[in-house]
Amino acid sequence: MQEIPISHILFVSTALFFIGMYGLFTRRNMITMLMSIELILNSVNINFVVFNKYLYPEKLDGIFFTIFIIAIAAAEAAVAIAIIINLYRNHQSIDVKDAEEMKY
Amino acid sequence: MNITHVLFWFLSVLALFSALMVITSRNPVHSVLWLIVTFFAISGHYILLNAQFLAIVNIIVYAGAIMVLFLFVIMLMNLNKSTEPKKNRWLQWAGAIAGLCLLLVLVAALKDTEIKGQAAQVNEGEIGLIKNLGKELFSTYVVPFEISSILFLSAMVGAVVIGKASPNPSEGRA
Repeated sequence: MQEIPISHILFVSTALFFIGMYGLFTRRNMITMLMSIELILNSVNINFVVFNKYLYPEKLDGIFFTIFIIAIAAAEAAVAIAIIINLYRNHQSIDVKDAEEMKY
Repeated sequence: MNITHVLFWFLSVLALFSALMVITSRNPVHSVLWLIVTFFAISGHYILLNAQFLAIVNIIVYAGAIMVLFLFVIMLMNLNKSTEPKKNRWLQWAGAIAGLCLLLVLVAALKDTEIKGQAAQVNEGEIGLIKNLGKELFSTYVVPFEISSILFLSAMVGAVVIGKASPNPSEGRA
């Protein structure tokens, strides 16, 4: 049985990363930007698992990195959503353009 | 062209298509639903890569918990209609071209890499099963495990403190 080359899987994760990057740059809705960040984190997870599987199949480091990334992403989403709710309460909007006074 | 290849191509196309739908659909609820499809496809990739526990964790934590949180917030803020305004078209094109150029460079770099041990088995071995993972997690990785528990505690406290209603009602509450 011939195998899937590692470059194919890496291409999938690279494409997912740039789709997430494009969403992060072009969307103005904070929830959608947060979803793009989740996409980016998932592409990184795929990379970790693939390299663990193909290069060091007897180790487990990549899988543990992925588990910790998932845990940190959960914490990050909770805190970010709390921030978004607070911002919505003050501005009645979650558009990043409406939060401009946070720059100064 | 065996079953592994068919599954791999199917899952890849599904993941990329639904990821594109996430960032192109105007309605945030549709974005969340497409993102759940993306997560299921990625979990399928994990199963093909023989990381079964990770696939289950991905579905439970991402598609189950985080996405429900997103949907809940979207419904709470009444965003379930197409509120995204039309943006600058040039900005969109610039973002797409820049991202595709970098993607092209990375793909070209990937194409030339020669990686040893490429012929690792994809569909066999038991190292991703939960028994080995548990043994390793509670011996080698016990310190990061405990640190992540502290992180969760602080994130929980932080989310409650930030999301709490402000005590001063004149601060522009709805």
